[in-house]
Amino acid sequence: MIDASIAPAQLHRVTELKEINWCVKPGNFWAIGGLHGSGKTDFMATAAGLQQPAAGVLKIFSQEISDLHEDELLKIRLRIGLVFAVGGRLFNRLTVAENVALPLRYHRNWKEEEAEESVREILELTDLIPYARQIPSALSRSWQQRAALARALVLKPEILLLDSPLLGLDLRQQKWWLDFLKNLSEGSAFYDGRPVTIVVTTDNFQPWKELARQFAILKNNRWHELGGRAELDASDESLQELWAEEI
Amino acid sequence: MENASATSGENISGRHPFFSSLPRAYLNFVGEKLFAFTGTLFGLGAFALITLVVLLKKTRQASHVVHPLMRAQIERAGVRLLPMTSFLGLALGLVIIGQTLFLLNRIGVQNMAGTIMVTVVVRELGPIITALLVLARVGTAIVIELGTSRALGEVEALEALGVDPVHFLVVPRLVGLALSIFALTIYLILVALLGGYLFAFLQDVPLHPSDYFGQLANALTWQDFALLGLKTTLFGSIIAVVTCYQGLAQPLRIEDVATATTRAVGQSVVACVLLDALFIIVYLVI
Repeated sequence: MIDASIAPAQLHRVTELKEINWCVKPGNFWAIGGLHGSGKTDFMATAAGLQQPAAGVLKIFSQEISDLHEDELLKIRLRIGLVFAVGGRLFNRLTVAENVALPLRYHRNWKEEEAEESVREILELTDLIPYARQIPSALSRSWQQRAALARALVLKPEILLLDSPLLGLDLRQQKWWLDFLKNLSEGSAFYDGRPVTIVVTTDNFQPWKELARQFAILKNNRWHELGGRAELDASDESLQELWAEEI
Repeated sequence: MENASATSGENISGRHPFFSSLPRAYLNFVGEKLFAFTGTLFGLGAFALITLVVLLKKTRQASHVVHPLMRAQIERAGVRLLPMTSFLGLALGLVIIGQTLFLLNRIGVQNMAGTIMVTVVVRELGPIITALLVLARVGTAIVIELGTSRALGEVEALEALGVDPVHFLVVPRLVGLALSIFALTIYLILVALLGGYLFAFLQDVPLHPSDYFGQLANALTWQDFALLGLKTTLFGSIIAVVTCYQGLAQPLRIEDVATATTRAVGQSVVACVLLDALFIIVYLVI
């Protein structure tokens, strides 16, 4: 699905990432660790096809994105959902329902009433019905983040990229997210039982240990692939050292 | 001690460093400004071209989303400015037209009223005043809302959803401002001409309405209508492109938004005045 041998472009210019060799297969659940400023957001933006890598080759759905025309790139982008960190960057001039409806209406040229049913379905799934008519700035950050998830899912993308989804959430919200993502990765009714490929970034592997199936770290501007859960457990000590070194 | 400091404060030619460095600093300043100006000019040109291509290429795409946005912009930059435009039109009529008619009457050339009104109000003051009004009321708001969206990462979020930011954010504003300035200008001209006659009437200027409006009709040519339409839509396009460019086309932080707004106003005023000057040449030629 994603095959990357890249140096991501630096959108936020926090850090300079070196070469990353990464391959995502259907049904994978990746957790990518990194401390603040390690380049997780740039990495996700590059993986979502939002920016061209500074160097190297990035293949998404077996197509090299640097070769693609804008229309072809758009088709690929619609198969990937990206949820940004910290509030999800919702449009503050639109209500939650309008935010969620926007991708549907824009890409299918639907009127508001045509999108209503699909929007209601995803809002129910994410418990956002009571907030549907509110503008995002009136909601707490955790509900904004959830609305951003609903917006990313409304087109039913095959890959879901989540940039630090648990950042700043309380334990109850964290549990909701972990249960929801587990359901998605195992095949939910919303996706007609098809499992969704998920990639999350985090600064703490602990909540993802039981959920993610592949682990990697962005550290000192480099990519360290750890492997599966067994490898993560085995590398616990060296992992602590990796974090500690950076701190 | 004094001698030493005096020596250290002078260069080899005996001039104080401040004076010897002045021309170089001045040249650097001019050079920097020139580079910045050229960069802005190229940036604006490229942004205008991209917007034009998107406007033409995606006319029918997402029409159920983009067309309501256009209507909203027309309401915002047109309908909501009607009261202010009425006030300005009346003021313009009373202050300029009424007094002009009064003076023309005193020197006995009131038959020139139509030509003067068409030149002053229809060709010059009407379009530029409307453009400046829309810039002040709507253009500044556009820079602020787009700049804030950019600073908060909403534009990247649009791209992540596959929504073209130029199509979704710029095209509705461009169409809305172009049509609004065109319509508001016509409205302002009508109110000003009527208000002017009202003032003249109150001043007992012996000018019959049929003479006044007959002179106006005789002074107007089809070129006036065509150029008025072209000029006002270009004013709207310029204001939309400059304000959207300043708000959208470069990375901004929240604290940069105020500066971007000031810059957009300055650039829009200069661009509109230059375009106006260009049209004066066209009027003189035809």
